[in-house]
Amino acid sequence: MALRLPSKVLEHILSFIDSNEDRNSVSLVCKSWFETERKTRKRVFVGNCYAVSPAAVARRFPEMRSLTLKGKPHFADYNLVPDGWGGYACPWVDALAAKSPSLEEIRLKRMVVTDECLEKIAASFKDFKVLVLTSCEGFSTDGIAAIASTCRNLRVLELRECIVEDLGGDWLSYFPKTSTSLVSLDFSCLDSEVKISDLERLVSRSPNLKSLKLNPAVTLDGLVSILSRAPQLTELGTGSFAAELKPEAFSKLSKAFSNCKQLQSLSGLWDVLPEYLPALYSVCPGLISLNLSYATVRMPDLVELLRRCSKLQKLWVMDLIEDKGLEAVATYCKELRELRVFPSEPDLDATNIPVTEQGLVYVSKGCRKLESVLYFCVQFTNAALITIARKRPNLKCFRLCVIEPFAPDYKTNEPLDKGFKAIAEGCKDLRRLSVSGLLSDKAFKYIGKHAKKVRMLSIAFAGDSDLMLHHLLSGCESLKKLEIRDCPFGDTALLENAAKLETMRSLWMSSCFVSFGACKLLSQKMPRLNVEVIDEHPPKTRPESSPVERIYIYRTVAGPRMDTPEFVWTLHKNPEIGVSRLAIK
Amino acid sequence: MEGGSASGSASALSNDENLVVSCEDSSSPVGNELELGLTLSLGRKGYRDCRVPYADDSSSSSSSSSLSRASVVAGIKRTADSMAATSGQVVGWPPIRTYRMNSMVNQTKTSASEDQNSEIRPEEVNKNRIDATKMRNSIFVKVTMDGIPIGRKIDLNAHKCYESLSNTLEEMFLNPKTGSNTRECDGRMETPLKILPDGSSGLVLTYEDKEGDWMLVGDVPWGMFIGSVRRLRIMKTSEATGKAQMIL
Repeated sequence: MALRLPSKVLEHILSFIDSNEDRNSVSLVCKSWFETERKTRKRVFVGNCYAVSPAAVARRFPEMRSLTLKGKPHFADYNLVPDGWGGYACPWVDALAAKSPSLEEIRLKRMVVTDECLEKIAASFKDFKVLVLTSCEGFSTDGIAAIASTCRNLRVLELRECIVEDLGGDWLSYFPKTSTSLVSLDFSCLDSEVKISDLERLVSRSPNLKSLKLNPAVTLDGLVSILSRAPQLTELGTGSFAAELKPEAFSKLSKAFSNCKQLQSLSGLWDVLPEYLPALYSVCPGLISLNLSYATVRMPDLVELLRRCSKLQKLWVMDLIEDKGLEAVATYCKELRELRVFPSEPDLDATNIPVTEQGLVYVSKGCRKLESVLYFCVQFTNAALITIARKRPNLKCFRLCVIEPFAPDYKTNEPLDKGFKAIAEGCKDLRRLSVSGLLSDKAFKYIGKHAKKVRMLSIAFAGDSDLMLHHLLSGCESLKKLEIRDCPFGDTALLENAAKLETMRSLWMSSCFVSFGACKLLSQKMPRLNVEVIDEHPPKTRPESSPVERIYIYRTVAGPRMDTPEFVWTLHKNPEIGVSRLAIK
Repeated sequence: MEGGSASGSASALSNDENLVVSCEDSSSPVGNELELGLTLSLGRKGYRDCRVPYADDSSSSSSSSSLSRASVVAGIKRTADSMAATSGQVVGWPPIRTYRMNSMVNQTKTSASEDQNSEIRPEEVNKNRIDATKMRNSIFVKVTMDGIPIGRKIDLNAHKCYESLSNTLEEMFLNPKTGSNTRECDGRMETPLKILPDGSSGLVLTYEDKEGDWMLVGDVPWGMFIGSVRRLRIMKTSEATGKAQMIL
């Protein structure tokens, strides 16, 4: 007879297991392990808010204290998902208010959050501590004020790149005079000026404040005043860094920074004037993370700053850094783990190329710990990709965006197949990959064959035929999220690999060749997938063979969703459209 | 796999308020069509022909099957000129978040003015930034309609007149169809329902101004309206009107 582990012992063991992936595995062992695990899970992560109902989550995890939810598909960041698609936080908050009143932390990404929703959060969760909204929209500063005023123990309030209806800077004054619990505040995405005196008072009475990210409306003077009240900060997002150049202003700023001996992360720096950069020199040696991606600082000034950052692990910068600057990074920033290089110009232009593939090659050679790359440039070569793969087999995230669609290797005029083959083959721990440039089906054959640990794959303007999709769906074992735009995929590959879709979180395809008939068929064959056709054409007028604009397919145990807008078709919504008569081999 | 009309794909662009093409840009219909041709050609049969590297600049957007890749790319660049420098020439490309894209556009503006003035006044810089984060001088206001729990947002700067605004709101709340978010202000009224406060539809459009008062839309000149509106609300004029068909 098998010995049974007493549940108290199991509970104790589980208290050491934080990773949700591990906990998910634990919960599959047997019923009693499932029960013990679910009763002890405190941090719940739901990668797709439509994959499960809020009631089910609340029921399963009675001790839940922290919930992370993601809504819209990733390509919504680039305007590919029309407004009104969905991703509403309200139903979740309503359900949790009733069933999980002890909830303390809510983190939402790409969701639609209303003021009413925020008010409900403030009113329903007595010990609410953490609110982090990333790329969310639908609310105004009124909702923020409600959170600030009502959540007595609020520790974290972060608005990261949200689209907020800004009704003024009064929201800050709603923090009660007695609140002293703030640890992190991020209002960098808001426009309006806040009263600096309110901010000063709030900062002064928050001894635990470690992270503060100001919005661009905060001036340098304001910054100096805040820093003098919060020298214990470890993360700082400055406001606007532009001001009339006065020697006293500079020395005050310098002194304020030099007093922040624990500063590890620096961001903001909008409109930074190069003359003010030396004020930052004193904090550089301690910096682990530096976000210069909004700072239009050019070359020699950049190097002066970066060569002092010997401990830097994360660098976000604009392509104004040029290849030369990246060479300097390779020399001085030996601890670098993550590099992101963003374009400084919104227009496609091959005439002024600040960074080339050479810049990334320098960093790959010089920075041994480099594992995450996001790189925008105009063109690339296979040779460079092969070098990068050879030098940095430890890459975990490789996102290359060659801005010119279909750009071949500009030296040999070949597709970039060989290069990405090297990446897929060489970087065995690769978990996230974005490809670009001219790519044939072959490239995807290699990726399917070698990229066994890739979980998220993004593809645009690539491939020749259905084979491409087939290689990916049949080859990439760990694939969880696949997003594709403007590629010539059709129905065959999709329908042949339908079963694979249940092992993935989601598939997004836009401007491809998938027909309406195939969508209907897939919908019928796979009841545990939600197949959404996002298209302006009303379904009744759509012939079977016409390609649809966008499809979004995701696995779900919650069944079809009830809040689809007019332009989203699902089988559930229009069953009278009937069975697809499309013949599939 | 042919099928789907050019106007169908238009909405892939225009359905997104962020990419509104303003009324006065007379080249915009052409620009849109060019871009549609590209989007179509990229997603249609013509795409497979786009393997030939030699340029064929004489090809036009209308014959998608003869577009070569070089001219597709050239077309992408041509569209860059015809559209305002906004979030990319092709929808969502390059893949940069809207927030960051706006900062880039703003910085192009700011650095241009930097050349002219050696000093940058912080108010000016902040104003530029505020404009940029409001999507290139867009004025987004919330619009709610009685009976619909979820509000929408609309860019008022995309309209020049009340009719255009009214048409857009009708489409958004009462009769969503294909079509762009902006209309020419030539007085064309295609749908029978009107939201402008003449009571014929049973609905009135009201707005909250900066003082917090609710007013009827249409009483003041457009420019004055734009300057003082905070949010919009579509109300029923009488209880007797049954619930209007709302599709959101």
